[in-house]
Amino acid sequence: MASLVGSRVERKEDKRFLTGKGRYTSDINLANQTYAIFVRSPHARAQIKKLDISKAQKSSGVVSILTGSEIAEDKIGGLIAGWAIRSEDGTEMKCPANPPLAKDIVNFVGDPLAVVIAESLEEAKSAAEKVSVDYKVLKAVTSTADAMNGDTIHEGIDKNLCFDWLLGDRQKVKEAFDKADKVISIDIINNRLIPNAMEPRACLADYNSASEEITLYTTSQNPHLSRLIMSAFGNVSPEHKLRVVAPDVGGGFGSKINVYNEDIVCSWAAKKINRAIKWVAERSESFLTDIHGRDHVTHAELAVTNDGKFLGFKNETIANLGAYARVFGTVTPTYLFGPCATGVYEIPAAYSNVKAVFTNTAPVDAYRGAGRPEATYTIERLVEKASMELGIDKTELRMKNFPTAFPFKQTLVHTVDSGDYIAGMEKAKQMADYNGYEARRKDSESRGKLRGIGVSSYFEACGIAPSAAVMSLGCGVGLWESAEVRFNPTGQVTVYTGSHSHGQSHQTTFAQIAADELGVPIENIDIVHGDTDKGTFGMGTYGSRSLTVGGIAIVNACKKIVEKGKRVTAKMLEASPEDVEFKDGEFIVAKSNKKKTIGEIAFACYLPGVRDEMKSPLPEGEEPGLKETAFFDPSNFSFPAGTHIAEVEIDPETGEVKLEKYTACDDFGRIINPMIVEGQVHGGLAQGIGQALYENAEYDETGQLMTGSYMDYTMPRADNFPEFNIGYTCTHATTNPLGVKGCGEAGAIAAPPTVMNAVIDALGGQEITMPATAEKVWKACKNLKKSNSKAA
Amino acid sequence: MKRGSMRKVTLEINGKKIEKEVQDNTLLSTLLREHLNLTGTHIGCDTSQCGACVVHVNGNSLKSCTALATDIDGSKITTIEGLATNGKMHPMQEAFKKLHGLQCGFCTPGMVMSAVDLLQKNKKPSDTEIRDWLEGNICRCTGYQNIVAAVKEAATKM
Repeated sequence: MASLVGSRVERKEDKRFLTGKGRYTSDINLANQTYAIFVRSPHARAQIKKLDISKAQKSSGVVSILTGSEIAEDKIGGLIAGWAIRSEDGTEMKCPANPPLAKDIVNFVGDPLAVVIAESLEEAKSAAEKVSVDYKVLKAVTSTADAMNGDTIHEGIDKNLCFDWLLGDRQKVKEAFDKADKVISIDIINNRLIPNAMEPRACLADYNSASEEITLYTTSQNPHLSRLIMSAFGNVSPEHKLRVVAPDVGGGFGSKINVYNEDIVCSWAAKKINRAIKWVAERSESFLTDIHGRDHVTHAELAVTNDGKFLGFKNETIANLGAYARVFGTVTPTYLFGPCATGVYEIPAAYSNVKAVFTNTAPVDAYRGAGRPEATYTIERLVEKASMELGIDKTELRMKNFPTAFPFKQTLVHTVDSGDYIAGMEKAKQMADYNGYEARRKDSESRGKLRGIGVSSYFEACGIAPSAAVMSLGCGVGLWESAEVRFNPTGQVTVYTGSHSHGQSHQTTFAQIAADELGVPIENIDIVHGDTDKGTFGMGTYGSRSLTVGGIAIVNACKKIVEKGKRVTAKMLEASPEDVEFKDGEFIVAKSNKKKTIGEIAFACYLPGVRDEMKSPLPEGEEPGLKETAFFDPSNFSFPAGTHIAEVEIDPETGEVKLEKYTACDDFGRIINPMIVEGQVHGGLAQGIGQALYENAEYDETGQLMTGSYMDYTMPRADNFPEFNIGYTCTHATTNPLGVKGCGEAGAIAAPPTVMNAVIDALGGQEITMPATAEKVWKACKNLKKSNSKAA
Repeated sequence: MKRGSMRKVTLEINGKKIEKEVQDNTLLSTLLREHLNLTGTHIGCDTSQCGACVVHVNGNSLKSCTALATDIDGSKITTIEGLATNGKMHPMQEAFKKLHGLQCGFCTPGMVMSAVDLLQKNKKPSDTEIRDWLEGNICRCTGYQNIVAAVKEAATKM
């Protein structure tokens, strides 16, 4: 039987999506459901002086209006930060309470303070307009850089500082800098982004008064984790009386990890009114209230020798958390950022210092890449600048500082198990025709255009686990993953995974893995996920962990099935279990022609006994049935890496940047389905290039979101991209049996510095901030002209 | 409270004649999703930018959130649910599947309906023409590359 791992298997999930049969949360309707509209703060920071719902309550069709007071009376818990981070001085981070409905104070535009529930959506909207709120508007804090000098947002949190975190050794870094020939320094901004999954968030909560069960359909990347948080911290319901279903989910990118206010409020309110409640975000609500990403202000320095050896690295960053710290809010700018900021280089001394600040803006949390794009942008912009200042070719300078032996003990935290960074660089250069660049630059020049080339090399720590490591770093839960493999008596297989697909193709990739492990045709394997009633537990999908953690749990559960199959075969065929081999779906007794198919063994496990033709006795003590569970907790993160090269052409008359060529050469270890991996790379690149050239979330000084619709926030469109040139090198991960590494975030991590290095190269080294809009680039082109004419 | 008056509209949707009483402010997208349970047509924004709701009205692609149901009374409408014939997927649907032109599937119905209309109007579009045409359909997952490839593949089959 040919192996399916490594093949371009077409997706099992596609037909339903292509024929309109997908079932997203907003597609689900329940009999007698009501509709919720949230009353949200129009101010970034204000006291709620008076909330008057009397007029709204009389509005037609209103079922109930609930406010922050009722939430507080019912002791419904608030939203939480999932990681506890300690400051350099040893003190615990400081986080404010974040009630699902604000009672006394609102802290960002969109912060909800009441919910209006009515018989129809239109009636709910109409009534919500009649809720009258008397606000005392307070001065908002919106700037990341100045947040520590602003008014105190949350009582008791001085300087709006959540923590002041240090990783690394300042003294060693000082000594390294003292020895340096040259110090390269840079000030950069990692621009704020809005994830913008195409499916807006939604939820539908139902309550059964007889069983006292709440069922919540919601747009989540991690239904079990949501249930745990809502139960243990939200106090919405005991865990066994809460079912969370995340059906088809239309993209996540990190924005659907969090339990949101609406999930808690609708679940709690459904029980209160004893009816189902549906809420679907309008896109404008998504812009205001989905978590945002990035938003760092960084000063970084690299100590180098004249011949280009890196000696030391400093990273001083202010990270914006927004108004509240959410699930991955505090770990994203610390352990997901700080360690990776030294990049793919051997740097003897380094530190990352991060001050995380509260502002009156939407909460900032994990968005595709989460911390690692910010880290890679920091080091790769710095290295590119070093290459310019030292006059050393940008690829040579990088290779000079790559580790040559693996495992590679990275400066700050990680021990990278496998990789070959030089092979990746060399292949990327060849794919991009790096050596032919000068001819292309001259060609652009002859047409009056500026051309630039940019390189970046990255590694990232993903496959977010292992529990022992993450819990020691402050994570509130373990990050293992689970799988259950169940055989039907007639031989088909259902695999439950605790991870969740919202575009990642689990139904196909995981079926390929199970098909190979069990020797069962892929069409007889169904992958099930996204429903807390259907599997034991799962931690969900984020941090490129589905395959490297969840996929391995499936492998391990399959191996248990095979072990049981060997024991049962041995009993049936009167052999010893050690003599039974398993290959391509058959259990074969060594040195004989006796064998059983896995289908026959499944049947035997469900019909254990002997009568007439049926002879399927189970070994003594063996349980009937064929179902196995595995919980997998890896020994380390996985570390994909690669080199990307971009070329841009700039029209100095208009400032327009055209991305001419983009080459990505990545090492993801073993690839299960090349077609799906290519898709993940393309999508990641589009988001990374979007950050570099188009996207930017902007608040004004009063805290109003200036980019609150698709008319103001530039989403990359089809005509913004060239055809990407992608390729791979391959070193197998040594920390899991498949040798796989994560691939979902790489593009978003590597692309921003690659593109910006190219833009800045074209602009003769002038720094500009992301996104490199035509206006900024045009101004830089004018400066370039001025300095050129001065030089002449 | 009813904001508009009710009117009867007659439409042919996916080959089937439909008569419905709707308010005069009911959008075609709302009629399809909420009144007819044709939930393959998706709503991804509130400013007619994303294109997830594209359907065909009298053979031409249209963002169904931009039309009032009463304004297109008497029209023939095809939604994503009506694109396959006798259970066989349309060549565009087949091409999207073969070349991985979709991931989460949310923008897909609008993307496919828009792409089918492109090939009705331009049988052999270039890469640039495909990318320009799809400018009104936002996809956050695919980076568009495999969508462009799928449209080209479908062009060889239609």
